[in-house]
Amino acid sequence: MPDTGIGASVTRKEDKRFLTGRGRYTDDLNRPGQAIAYFLRSPVAHAVVRSIDTAAAEAAPGVVAVFTGKDMETDGVGSLPCGWVVNDKHGEPHKAPPHFPLVRDKVRYVGDHVAMVIAETLGQAKDAAELIEVDYDEQPAVIEAAGAMEGALLHEEAPSNLCYDWELGDEAAVDDAISQAAHVVKLDLVNNRLIPNAIEPRAAIGEFSPGTDAYELYSTSQNPHLLKLILCAFVLGIPETKLRVIAPDVGGGFGSKIYCYAEETACLWASKRLGGRPIKWTAERSESFLADAHGRDHVSGVTLGLDADHTFTALKVMTTANLGAYLSNFATCIPTYLYATLLAGQYITPVIYCNVKAVFTSTAPVDAYRGAGRPEATYVIERIVEVAARQLGVDPAELRRKNFIQPEQFPYQTPVALTYDIGDYEPSLDKALEMIDYSGFAQRRAESEARGKLRGIGFSAYIEACGIAPSAVVGALGAGVGLWESAQVRMNATGSVTVMTGSHAHGQGHETTFSQLVSDYLGLPYDQVEIVHGDTAQIPMAMGTYGSRSLAVGGSAIVKACDKIIDKGRKIAAHLMEADVADVEFKDGNYTVAGTDRSKSLAEIAFAAYVPHNHPEGVEPGLDETAFYDPLNFTYPAGVHIAEVEIDPDTGITTIVDWVAVDDFGKVINPMIVEGQVHGGIAQGVGQALLENCAYDESGQLVTGSYMDYTMPRADDLPSFKVDMTESACTHNPLGVKGCGEAGAIAAPAALMNAITDALGVEIDMPASTEKVWRVCQSRRMAAE
Amino acid sequence: MPSVTMKVNGKEVTADVEPRALLVEFLRQNLALTGTHVGCDTSQCGACVVHVDGNSVKSCTMLAMQADGGEVTTIEGLASGDLHPVQAAFKEHHGLQCGFCTPGMVMSAVDLLSKNEKPSESEIRHWLEGNFCRCTGYHNIVKAIQSAAERMSA
Repeated sequence: MPDTGIGASVTRKEDKRFLTGRGRYTDDLNRPGQAIAYFLRSPVAHAVVRSIDTAAAEAAPGVVAVFTGKDMETDGVGSLPCGWVVNDKHGEPHKAPPHFPLVRDKVRYVGDHVAMVIAETLGQAKDAAELIEVDYDEQPAVIEAAGAMEGALLHEEAPSNLCYDWELGDEAAVDDAISQAAHVVKLDLVNNRLIPNAIEPRAAIGEFSPGTDAYELYSTSQNPHLLKLILCAFVLGIPETKLRVIAPDVGGGFGSKIYCYAEETACLWASKRLGGRPIKWTAERSESFLADAHGRDHVSGVTLGLDADHTFTALKVMTTANLGAYLSNFATCIPTYLYATLLAGQYITPVIYCNVKAVFTSTAPVDAYRGAGRPEATYVIERIVEVAARQLGVDPAELRRKNFIQPEQFPYQTPVALTYDIGDYEPSLDKALEMIDYSGFAQRRAESEARGKLRGIGFSAYIEACGIAPSAVVGALGAGVGLWESAQVRMNATGSVTVMTGSHAHGQGHETTFSQLVSDYLGLPYDQVEIVHGDTAQIPMAMGTYGSRSLAVGGSAIVKACDKIIDKGRKIAAHLMEADVADVEFKDGNYTVAGTDRSKSLAEIAFAAYVPHNHPEGVEPGLDETAFYDPLNFTYPAGVHIAEVEIDPDTGITTIVDWVAVDDFGKVINPMIVEGQVHGGIAQGVGQALLENCAYDESGQLVTGSYMDYTMPRADDLPSFKVDMTESACTHNPLGVKGCGEAGAIAAPAALMNAITDALGVEIDMPASTEKVWRVCQSRRMAAE
Repeated sequence: MPSVTMKVNGKEVTADVEPRALLVEFLRQNLALTGTHVGCDTSQCGACVVHVDGNSVKSCTMLAMQADGGEVTTIEGLASGDLHPVQAAFKEHHGLQCGFCTPGMVMSAVDLLSKNEKPSESEIRHWLEGNFCRCTGYHNIVKAIQSAAERMSA
């Protein structure tokens, strides 16, 4: 095994700066002459704004300016767009009401942006904000997805608060198959709303330069180029030549930092209004709770048909998805194309139908959060399969095995539009069963029962569609952007290499993984590779990081650029070694002439390319290549997670006693980093199933608006995880990789809820809080007495 | 504005601060020691943990004035050489991803090991209750602290 090449668990390049406090996060940066922005947020969920009086605030000490939606309207600031058009079941595009950065007529959720106060210090801005008088004409709030269509109207543009009523599949065929099924299993499910909670709160510094009419934005973004494109093309009308977006070190994203939000937009705009004064804003955690895009929030009714020998015959899923008060950038595609298309799971189900009604409510906007649609799909499938096994009295592992798509069936066309290129599901199941000692479970359960405890085991055989995604496919489905990635590989004259990648890292360790990749491909020392990301001025147009795509799409772009470097270098090497290009081989960083001892290193060729005193005719000097990679298909990571829990019926406390994860991510570049991604994903999935829940009260107040109310997974809520892998290499990207960032969050909720409900003998919804579990245990006890 | 004087990372500093300024604000804004982070406003997340007079403290829960005359160590001042053994163990065991919680996590772990040389896994997990990490699932943080404990007591 190489020390730093593909397959090695190389420790991370980025760690030193983070471990010594020398990271460079947006809030660590300060610009000369900056002023601080604070946003006055709506304290009510739904109201017509009759008037906003800012006079007293403007006169307060240290205040530079107070802006409202009217000021933005005067300047022609546009609406924050939704970038994916979903056509409903009648072929009509989704309802797209405007989403202005500062409200113009109404507030639609607690935390909505009423006014922007800019002052010399944050304290002064906050003090001044208290002096703003807003006259609200309160309207009824609309909170839950179920019933939202009957609630008070939020947007004139969206009758019945309905964004779209969408479907996939043939409902009549599915109903017919279910009516003929030997067994029919039904389950109602809630996929609880989550608040992403990257530990670094969002932040921005906007700066306009009156001398050049150019703007600079520092932002906690997962995709600075996409943010730039949205700001230029849709919201602020800035020429693309005049905006540079820099996303420096970013402290976690999980989807919540994909989007173009009101705050960074307002900072950039306000800087120009104020003659170029830099405007800085950093979210307080309570603002993150209120106004970062939330995740999940589905209610579903699920029906599975099986024939007499327990083969799946049909699946029907009726879902209502809560999109919140406004459409965030990709809100529409999450409960449709990233959800319903995954409902085949790892199984052969001949017919599947899914209906999704997406509704507006007076809550924070909902968009992609780690997994985005795929955790919701996995939860539907893996819960109904587990419940089917219980009702039929069969082993849940064997019911899964019986219905798995078989290795020889790939490429496999699912009934829900996707074509899985490759997979092999039984080895993951077998390995996971062995790792958790499945055959010993009955005895462990008996031992727990002897101690008065309840023990349960739960499975989740998940699949996801990652590497998002072929541009032509997503374009046909309504995406407003292409989903390729770019890379520029620049050999330096002294033999080192600088790689500009469009993939943004905010914890994933790209500087290490991509260095391993480039070192391996170009045969250069690992420490001679420098990875640059997160700056639109340095990096070609790019699409950024989400959907576990960085290695599968961004890494593939790097490989393509490396191939171009090698090809051009070959021409130069052939010339210098007086050989035919066709006779020159490249291996381990050296060009050699077949059958001779002639050899030139890539470093020598790079020097010759920049000092071209003896250069082949028709070949340009320099060795610096750019490539764009558009994937041919999604990738399909899959695996099996098994959770084992013990519940104390006296306290309702669930202890996770064991967790095994066996994942197939295709080829793996850095196993240490991949395992770390799995751990983190599981923790977020466990959080959803056991602890986390975003709750609004009836009036629309966010009840879980701080870490004292929203239960984050802490170290002592979690076990150590047993993680292993199987490998079926992706067939359509040059690296054979599939992506690993979301798997844990996709797999974990179903595994844990299956384990808990196995222990309890009762179906409950997430989160399985201590209180909820305790109540079930008490009613069981009372029923038994 | 009142003046405060304290020793930060071995160096004496004096500055005028607003009475309402938190220690973390003083460190980040007055001293540009931006390794100490702010992740919440309710003293839950622990990204701001520093040492004050040898004990780990959430620097968002303490006014700068309360540290007057004290001795403060931040993540920037932890290592005497390249990396403190706890920092080195976090790197070796991949105990960090985005790095935002890391300074507080490391400062907290160093304090744990100063009070308990060989903590068990459950003692480590219990100690870290006041430090949130959203990236690692804590698995490798726990491993790193166990490894550092072994190295430091060897």
